[in-house]
Amino acid sequence: MRVLRTLLILAFVGFGAAAAAAHEYKVGELEIVHPWARATLKGSDVADGFMKIINHGSTPDRLIAVNVEFAKAGQIHDMKMEGDVMKMQELTGGLEIPAGATVELKPKSLHVMFMGVNQELTPDTVVDGELTFEKAGKVKIEFMIEPAGTTHSMDNM
Amino acid sequence: MSRRVLSILVVVVAVSAAALAYLYLNQGSGPAAVPIGGPIRLTDQDGKSFDSASLDGKPYAVFFGFTHCPDACPTTLSEIARTEDEIGAPAKELTTLFVTVDPERDTPAVLKDYISNFGGNTIALSGTPEQVAEVAKAYRVFYKKVPTSDGGYTMDHTAVLYLMNRDGKFADVIAYSEDHDRYVEKIKKLLAE
Repeated sequence: MRVLRTLLILAFVGFGAAAAAAHEYKVGELEIVHPWARATLKGSDVADGFMKIINHGSTPDRLIAVNVEFAKAGQIHDMKMEGDVMKMQELTGGLEIPAGATVELKPKSLHVMFMGVNQELTPDTVVDGELTFEKAGKVKIEFMIEPAGTTHSMDNM
Repeated sequence: MSRRVLSILVVVVAVSAAALAYLYLNQGSGPAAVPIGGPIRLTDQDGKSFDSASLDGKPYAVFFGFTHCPDACPTTLSEIARTEDEIGAPAKELTTLFVTVDPERDTPAVLKDYISNFGGNTIALSGTPEQVAEVAKAYRVFYKKVPTSDGGYTMDHTAVLYLMNRDGKFADVIAYSEDHDRYVEKIKKLLAE
């Protein structure tokens, strides 16, 4: 009995930890998995944010805005290498989330670029944000802050 | 004009055109190409003038970036610091020059704060836009401002780490896609040269 109780506690603790490490949000047919951002660096007022967006619906939607209190702007950027040149492009028309598709914002690729960050973002804290989708509407989320050098995405969590 | 003179003229013109075309097409290819790199005379993070001649006899690495850079710059500077730690004592000879391609925003004071994030033996350099352009040109580095909707800008830029040998000559590059092991391998080789 005692063993069972210990196991149950362990299971709950384990579940809790997993839920904290990979938090999720739902709005309409969309699922937003583990929004995170990299810690700010001294001397720099930018930071980048990432998440996975899954569209369970049968119609496409579009992420059109990322609003946060901690920065002047949250823009959706795409980053590409053309030869040895790193190119940045702001997706001013938003980011399409096709029906049934998963779109992942991750390092070296699509990301939210926070411009004019007005507070220090320190690892192991969370900051509030709000996403706006063309059809599904608005959803409040929290970005988990990870160390500046973090390159992992959900794939290797 | 006799027919004979005319045909000689045609031949002369054709041969000259062919010779010009040959010369033109051979430009920029082959061993006559201009070497990558050149003297770097800019201002360091303490506001003092810097001349790459001061590194004479020691190898150095050069990276062009900017402090508003989301990924390539912090990743590269962290990798270098990590590589130096891993190599240990021999890596003390290596200096990394972080040259801003955004001198308008990246003043020496901003750069001083910025490089303090990473550790590593790094000198951060800025200058007038003209001075920076001259150094970038010597390294064949491309950079361009890209306006953003908040009225600010980000930048496209060549994200390559240039490795220069003890004679200040181009030795190798580390591309952005290369992993930590390649950093260690290439920098060890540079130090051993």
